[in-house]
Amino acid sequence: MSEKKTKRRDFLFTATSAVGAVGAAAVVWPMIDQMNPDASVKALASTEVDVSSLTPGNTLTVLWRGKPVFIRRRTQEEIDEARSVKMEDLIHPEKDEDRAKNPEWLVMLGVCTHLGCVPLNDKGDYNGWFCPCHGSHYDTSGRIRKGPAPWNMEVPKYEFVNANTIKIG
Amino acid sequence: MKSLFKLFSIIIIIIASNSYSFAAEKVEYLKTDWSFKGLFGKFDRASLQRGYQVYTEVCASCHSMKYLSYRNLAEPGGPEFSEVQAKAIAASFEVTDGPNSDGEMFTRPGKLSDKFVMPYDNVKAAQAANGGAYPPDMSVLVKARGGGVDYIYSLLQGYEEAPSNVSLDDGVYYNKYMYGNKIRMAAPLSDGLVEYGDGTKATIEQMSKDVTTFLMWSAEPHLEARHQMGFKAIVYLIILTILVYFSMKKLWSRIESEV
Amino acid sequence: MSDHDYRPKSKVGQWFNDRLPLLTLANHLTDYPTPKNLNYWWTFGGILTFCLITQIVTGLTLAMHYIAHADMAFESVEHIMRDVNYGWLIRYIHANGASMFFLAVYIHIFRSLFYGSYKSPREIIWILGIIIYLLMMAAAFMGYVLPWGQMSFWGATVITNLFSAIPLVGEGIVTWLWGGYSVDNPTLTRFFTLHYLIPFLILGLVVLHIWALHVPGNNNPVGIDIKKPSKDTVPFHPYIVIKDGFALLMFMIVFAFFVFYAPNILGHADNYIEANPMVTPAHIVPEWYLLPFYAILRSVPDKLLGVVAMLSAILILAVLPWLDTSKIRSAVFRPLYKQFYWILVADVLILGYVGAMPAEGLYLLIARVATAYYFLHFLVILPVLGFKEKTLPVPLSITEPVLGGSPNLAAARNKESKIE
Repeated sequence: MSEKKTKRRDFLFTATSAVGAVGAAAVVWPMIDQMNPDASVKALASTEVDVSSLTPGNTLTVLWRGKPVFIRRRTQEEIDEARSVKMEDLIHPEKDEDRAKNPEWLVMLGVCTHLGCVPLNDKGDYNGWFCPCHGSHYDTSGRIRKGPAPWNMEVPKYEFVNANTIKIG
Repeated sequence: MKSLFKLFSIIIIIIASNSYSFAAEKVEYLKTDWSFKGLFGKFDRASLQRGYQVYTEVCASCHSMKYLSYRNLAEPGGPEFSEVQAKAIAASFEVTDGPNSDGEMFTRPGKLSDKFVMPYDNVKAAQAANGGAYPPDMSVLVKARGGGVDYIYSLLQGYEEAPSNVSLDDGVYYNKYMYGNKIRMAAPLSDGLVEYGDGTKATIEQMSKDVTTFLMWSAEPHLEARHQMGFKAIVYLIILTILVYFSMKKLWSRIESEV
Repeated sequence: MSDHDYRPKSKVGQWFNDRLPLLTLANHLTDYPTPKNLNYWWTFGGILTFCLITQIVTGLTLAMHYIAHADMAFESVEHIMRDVNYGWLIRYIHANGASMFFLAVYIHIFRSLFYGSYKSPREIIWILGIIIYLLMMAAAFMGYVLPWGQMSFWGATVITNLFSAIPLVGEGIVTWLWGGYSVDNPTLTRFFTLHYLIPFLILGLVVLHIWALHVPGNNNPVGIDIKKPSKDTVPFHPYIVIKDGFALLMFMIVFAFFVFYAPNILGHADNYIEANPMVTPAHIVPEWYLLPFYAILRSVPDKLLGVVAMLSAILILAVLPWLDTSKIRSAVFRPLYKQFYWILVADVLILGYVGAMPAEGLYLLIARVATAYYFLHFLVILPVLGFKEKTLPVPLSITEPVLGGSPNLAAARNKESKIE
């Protein structure tokens, strides 16, 4: 009989602790989630850019989600250079065709994938971009070719709303 | 235990009576049944949508709502316009943006992320246009008035002929629910002033109720989430309290049987 | 006490504990011998610890979104309420948490007054408690200023102006407090800084408060000294922990009711109107927990003396252990004191009530009488009572009253006479 009693008591204590732990966990979540992007930040997730004044061989830098976005209107040479690279030569193999659906336009986050600095335009050994912080070289497709950065510069979700306007995000 | 409970109740009553003590001096407000009151209170969506219509068509010409954004209109727990509807509403407003690359400000159609467009650029402009009286921002108006929704609801219907012993200046009106009875806003509503899309008859009473519901939501946009979470939290606490109570009895029985 | 003999079982534990005796501390806290007859009024110490931690955690998270600038404070609070994930929940917990904190601290203080917990050898615990209470009022007041509503602004103006009552340097001090010629942005930013700092000071003082408590051990409803550990005590864990936990949960139900169903009932509507230095609200009322002192302030018709009276009302508590001349701690054995105790409770509640009323006519008269009685209680009644009062015989051990379920005086008396 006493054994039965012990069992019931143990069950009671276990149940109490379990229910208490669930509640404690539920209370912790709001305190963590409050640091995630809030509703007003999420609402600003897309931006529209007028690119009508951009001439080939030039780059427009716009701010999106607090980060620079490079919009490059590429010259034919740049496109040819980007498309002629062999996949084996790339640190992070990606086809230029996949990065720039419309070959004339390259849209990507202007953030070095090493530690987040902003690379410089028309610099570096591959005629693309060069990050001054730790010496990463990117080609004319924004792909990493040399230096400590592990990946190519990221291409965000974007679309041409009309011939002159790109919507990023 | 009993005395503890007693003390709690006494203190709560005292606190509650304190916060109502000023309201007691004033007239009784008009009452109506608000769907958002009570443990499970929720907003009446149709009423919120009508209330938004009254706000934009009537109030918004003078009263700003600067803490609201058009996206709020499509968010859960609010009027819940569809995303398309909310986008159309936003686009119907001209928003000043800029500066553009030439350094000029420009206007464009509103987007969901934009704040409600204000009728006046600033408080001074609002005062200048309204004979020196500033039409208060309506975002949290319901919470900023002692009587809350009942006060707003009553005020909108409280316009009367001034009693003979009260003299009113130009641009001042008599309202039996206003503090001091003198108000600088002319009666804003009249029967049939707006045309409701859902066929509801736009009486003064109906419009007052709808717009007040809308104002309650604008002041407390997470009210429904709060009520839902509150119920869950309290049920949870009661269950845990009961469990802890029995655990405590069990534990202490060791001590009590020992002596 | 076996505290200092404690040795961790594991080798690693011993190694660590020899260098930093945290495990000895943990052992002391779990085994801490607590009188077993503590009633539910004793659970408010634990509840207050919970309140402090809740305020610190919610406060820290709010501070991540709040902007301490006169032009943006009000807007940032609305941003928290509307856009921040669970922002409304965190803010309502923080705002109502302040009220809950004071509710608990008042019960805690009045428990101490009833059972004479402030008396020797616990004077330092009591004085630390008074300092904590003062800091709580400072933190609450400055916290109320941060939303930058009308009550924030005018409350700040009125309270800081109290310092102008100080002769000669008063005006200078007020200007210094403001950092300008009125309550404005510099005032707001420094209040935010101090509001952030004070809870950590309180936390430190709470550690001292508990440390000082663990030297003589808890007082108890019978108010007699007990041997520890003995048959009269139980280890803090699990017995007191679960009892405190049970009371805390009951407290949390009340707390949750306010947060979820009446989050603004304890606040004032005017604080949802953005601060406007050109317009004063019709009634300026402090938060409910400061009302008794506000009533005392207003009941004195002289500016300086009013401030002095208000401060004295709090500071008089610090010398209470020496004003109360009775050797008996618990009011259970002091029939006269018990009655005066309840009169004091009523007096403070009345002060709180008239503090919320306009200071005129009958209310002012009541406030004056209640203020006079407040001081009379501490300065005259308590010292005299200690000499005049015929107290009831006190049991020798708390085992007796515990046995009988309630303080069993007959049994205690019996025992006493046997010993004689």
